[in-house]
Formats: sequence, C-alpha cells, structure tokens
Amino acid sequence: MKRNRIPQFFIIVGAFLLLLAVVLMLDNVPGVPVMLLIVLRKGAIYALVAVSMNILNGFTGLFSLGQAGFMLLGAYTYAILTVPVENQALVYQRYPNGGIGFSVTESLGRVLGQPGLLLGVIICLILGGIVAGVFAYLIGLPVLRLKSDYLAIATLGFAEIIRAVVQYEKLGPITNGSNLLSNFTNFSNFHLGSLKLDTVMPFVFAGVCIWVITLIINSTYGRAFKAIRDDEVAAEAMGINLANHKRMSFIISSFFAGISGAMLAMYQASVQATIFKAAMTYEILLIVVLGGIGSISGSIIAAFLFVGSSEWWLRFLDNTTVLPNFNAKLLFAIIFAAIVVSIVFLVVYRQNKAQKSRPEAVGRGRKILSLKLSGVITLVVGTLLLLGDLRFLISPDLQVPLLRSGFRMVVFSIIVMIVVLFFSRGLMGDRELPDLFRTRHKRL
Amino acid sequence: MARILPYLLGGISVGGQYALIAIGYTMVYGILRLINFAHGDIFTAAGFFMVYAAASLPIYVSVAVVILLTIFMGVLVERVAYKPLRSAPRMSVMISAIGMSYLLQNVMWYITGGLAKRYPIIPWISNSVTILGYTTKRVTIITPFLTLILVVALVILIQKTKIGMAMRAASRDFETAQLMGIKIDNVISFTFVVGSALAAVGSLLYFSNYATVTPVVGAMPGLKAFVAAVFGGIGSIPGAVLGGFIIGISETLTKGAGLTTFSDAVTFALLIIILVVKPTGLFGEKPTQKV
Repeated sequence: MKRNRIPQFFIIVGAFLLLLAVVLMLDNVPGVPVMLLIVLRKGAIYALVAVSMNILNGFTGLFSLGQAGFMLLGAYTYAILTVPVENQALVYQRYPNGGIGFSVTESLGRVLGQPGLLLGVIICLILGGIVAGVFAYLIGLPVLRLKSDYLAIATLGFAEIIRAVVQYEKLGPITNGSNLLSNFTNFSNFHLGSLKLDTVMPFVFAGVCIWVITLIINSTYGRAFKAIRDDEVAAEAMGINLANHKRMSFIISSFFAGISGAMLAMYQASVQATIFKAAMTYEILLIVVLGGIGSISGSIIAAFLFVGSSEWWLRFLDNTTVLPNFNAKLLFAIIFAAIVVSIVFLVVYRQNKAQKSRPEAVGRGRKILSLKLSGVITLVVGTLLLLGDLRFLISPDLQVPLLRSGFRMVVFSIIVMIVVLFFSRGLMGDRELPDLFRTRHKRL
Repeated sequence: MARILPYLLGGISVGGQYALIAIGYTMVYGILRLINFAHGDIFTAAGFFMVYAAASLPIYVSVAVVILLTIFMGVLVERVAYKPLRSAPRMSVMISAIGMSYLLQNVMWYITGGLAKRYPIIPWISNSVTILGYTTKRVTIITPFLTLILVVALVILIQKTKIGMAMRAASRDFETAQLMGIKIDNVISFTFVVGSALAAVGSLLYFSNYATVTPVVGAMPGLKAFVAAVFGGIGSIPGAVLGGFIIGISETLTKGAGLTTFSDAVTFALLIIILVVKPTGLFGEKPTQKV
C-alpha cells in the first residue's frame, strides 16, 4: 500500500498541472465560449465550498446548514481589506469617511508589483478564512452540543444572524450596510505577461485548498472524524475527545468556506449580503448530495455539473423557442413522445417485475399489472405528457410549449429530486475517483 | 403604552399566524422526526392558490377550494418525497425535504414568472377597524382568537378521537404503534392533512395583512414558525402556539425599537438561547437516550 502512494501522488499532481495548462489555454484562446469560462470559474469555487461542507456533513456526520454565513464572513473580510484607498470614497458613498483607510493588496502591490498583489490576495483570503474560523469557534461553543436537526436549524439561524448584523446601519462605515462592496482586487487584476489568469487562479486556489483538505481527511484527525460519524459512542470509547474533534471539524470546514466566500467575491467583483441566503446553503448541500456524501472527488465533479447545468446546458429551457416549420414540429413531437414512452415503459416494466416477484404477491391470482404508487404516478404523468404532445401536434402553434423563463430551474430541481429519491448515494457514494481505477479483486 | 400598542397588536397577530404554521411543523416532527422544510412553501403555495382561485371563483368558495388544494398538496409532498424514504437515515429525509422546498419554490417561480401577485381582498376580515384609538385591519384582531379556537379544536381531536390516539401512539413510538395495528401511513397522511389545512388558514390571515405574494415569501415565516415550534418544545401543540406568539411579539417589538434589520435575527437568537438553556423547549419531553 505504501509503495503505491508515491506514484499515485505524482499522477494526481501531474493531472492537476495538465488541467491548469488546459484551463490557461482556454482562457487565452479566442473563440472559447464565455459560458464555459464562467462555469469553470464558478465551478472551482463551488467545488471548494462543497468539499468544505463535506468535511462536516460527510466526514464528521454533523448536519450543519451555516455554510452561507461563513462564506459571507470570508467574502466581507476579503472585500473590506482590499478596496483600494482611492476607491473607498466611491464605494462607501453613503458613509462619509467609511472604509478602513488602507488596502492590504494595494500597499503590497505598490511595493512589490504583481507578486505583492498576489501575496496580498493570499493573505486576505487566509484572513477571510480565519475570521470565518474564529466565528465558527464562538458559534460552536453553544451549538455543537446539539444533535442532528437541532444543530442544522441552529447553524442556519446563526447564518441569518450574521447576515443581519453585517447589514446593520451602525456597522455601515466598515461593511457598507446593505449596499454593495465593489472595486476591490479581483481575478482580472492578474496577468502573466499578456496571458489572462482569470480562470486559472480560482483553480489554483481551490486546488491547493482541496489538497490540504484531503491531507486532513487522511490524517489521524480525519480518521477520528470518520469514527465520530460512524458511531459517536464507540468513538468516545476509543478515546476520541468528541467535543474537541467536532469543534475542530466545524472550524476547518468554516475556514475553507470563508476562503471560498472570498473567492466568490473576487469572481463576482462585488459582494452583497443578500446573496448569502439559506437558499445558497441548500444549493451547496444539494451539490454534496449529488456528488455523494463523504466523497471529495464526488463533490468536485458534482459542483461542476451543478454549475454547468444550472448556468449553461439547461439555459435553452429558459428561452421561448419557435420551430421553423411543420416538419420540425412533427420530428420534435415524435422524439418527445418516444422519450416519454421509453421512460414510462422502463419504470413500469421494472416495477411490475419487482412487485410480482415479492413473496406476498404469490398466490394472489394472475394480475397483468402490479404497481406501487410511484409506478401509477409515472403512468398517469406519462399519459398526460403524451396527450399534451398530441395537442401540441394538432394545434397550429409552432412555439415549443412550456419553455419560458424559469423552466430551467424546474427541470433542474426535478433532476435533483430524482437523484435524492432514487440514487441517494449520489454520483460517487463514499468512494473517491482513484478507487474507480483500482481493480476489483483488491477490494475482495 | 400608546406607542407600543400597535406593535403589540401586530405581534400577537403575526404570532397567531406563526402558531398556525408551527403546529404543522411540530406535528410532523412529533411523528416522523423530520423538519418538513417544504412546509413554508406549502404555506406560500396556499397564497398563490388563493390568488388564482379568487380570480375565477366567488371569494368564499375559493377559501374552501384553497384549503382543499393545500391539503392535497401537503399529502402529495409526503407521498412523493418522504414516504419512499421511510426506512432511510434521517439525514436523507431531511435532504429530500430541502430538495422538495427547492422544487416547490422553482415551480412557483415558473408559474408566476417571479412576479409578486396581488392578494385578493377578503371582505370583512380585510376591513379596517379602530381599537383603543388605533386603526388596523380586522384580521389583526381576529387572528389570535381564530388561532385559539382552531388549537382547542385540534387538542380535542388529538385527545378524544381514535385517530388522535393513533397519532399520540405513533409519536411516542413509531415501531410499537405499527405492531399494535395502527396503519402508520394513514396516521402520517392525516398529520399532513391537519398541518396543511392549518397552514392554509395561516396563509389566508398572513397574506390578507401583506397584500402581495411572491414565490420565496414563505421561506422566512416558515423558518420562524419552525423556530416557534422548537421554542415551545417540539412535538407539543400548546408549546408551538405559545412559541408562535412569543416569536411574533418579539419580532414586531424589535421592529418597533427601530432595529428592523434585526427582526429576523432576534428570532434565531431566541432559538439559540432556548436551545442552550433548555434544549427540549418550554414544554418538550425529555428524549430518552438509546445506545
């Protein structure tokens, strides 16, 4: 096992460097769709925050819903520290003499140029993480004594309190109240010669952070976290200090959430407290679930899939589409009907078979169709969809029905629900990407 | 006193509405040990049902239609999102609840186009009345009374009827209740029927006061109602009602003190205080620790 470690490490580092090179190329070659770059940038940031949430929910078994609050702390810390002095009057319009009067990135950038700017960004990112971590420590004192649902609701409550405090008028000279913070150092301030680094930088930062997280997960502390997740009582009996380890896990998770919040602020080039709502935590949680609770690589893949489909691939569902002529309409209707029929057939056939082979079904006489409620619902919905399709075919309308603003999110959330209900292990379960390449017999 | 009175009245009214929603949370939690995150969205959906129903039906008929539709929806959510996961770990069910809430919000956004809809004016309860020299809508005055009447009816239902006894048994011990011949699925469905019906009434009262409905408007009242349920001791109906009133009054008093930014935060601060001081809430039962 030990012998295997070294080459595997080099393979991963090599793959990561290759990935960086590809991303750098995509960033600088003309003609690359701008959506792809957006998905890559946002995906990298979401990957980090999803992994940070996975530390708590997947590896320590603490169900916390405070991630958006810690991201907010990181984002605000970063933004406040890096708004250049000459922009502060503009940013803090409503608060004369607002702002802190200095900017870490600006001062370092002036002395050392680009490397200084980078150093400043790194320092401020880490400070963002530290502020989130300190708050996590304070919040953890009362909250971590709670169990499952109570913990979830209390952390959610803390995230809301933090959001309210940041928007408080009296703190306006520092946080700009409920107004936007902007004009601070962001990814587009960096160049390597004439190369843009907008997309590479989130990848590097997120990559390094996730690497550190995997080191923690694979350390003694990580094993202690997993022990707590699997059985608290047994873990305590093995000499693991529950309170200490839970607090540690909470702080580490919040630290990285803070960093990802700061990165989100950099990516958006502005930050406002209103976006860090509970809905954001829910989205991150859904990413973790889609990827598989307790799988780092799953979270990363799911983050890119999530951002990709919600920002890009499903975008066409939001636009009203008019088909060119009757033939196109006929083709569309037939393809749609074929898809519906095949899905319904698959579900009904499988369920019918499963229901019939159940022991209590034997001897109940011969039934052609034996279904559970979900099967019946599928059948009914399928029939309705086919009827709708038929109606669309005979109507003179050429516009594709249902497609209009908001439909993307409906389809998307239905997909999420299907994964949650029927594939509850997510993409990867609790396995990691390298596990997939291992040969079977080793596991036996 | 004259300055505080409007806020106090407003607080009692909002508190009554939170109490009605909180009962739905507390009953579901009592039986399934699940925070039904979708409950706040069912509450919002009831608001939209009213908007669309009142556009084509007489107002009193649409009130009945709204309650029926909301009940149907509550039961549907339970059947689709929670029933298949009955034997799954609690975390999966909770995630399913969050996913369902996400789905409902997106569907409502899609149907309404994300625009705020005007809530229809229900005659009589939306009229203005003057009390102690302070003018308000009648709904503010009748909410606490209606809440208390409904709660008393509910307590009688739970204490005196057969289905109520089954619910109490199921909340005490899920598996044993099943062994005693209680059809657990029916009990759970009935819980959702009651919870959704009360949420529908709550939404009628709440939106009569606020005039517009948007797809995400229910998330916050939903969370606050949950806090109310925890505050009063989860699983306890009088606790949920008392919690609702306390949360409502402290929220409006915060607004009255000129700290509107903190009106949501105060709710959660109360939650954390009660969780630290008395984790089972005001009237909660002490959970037995099983290894």
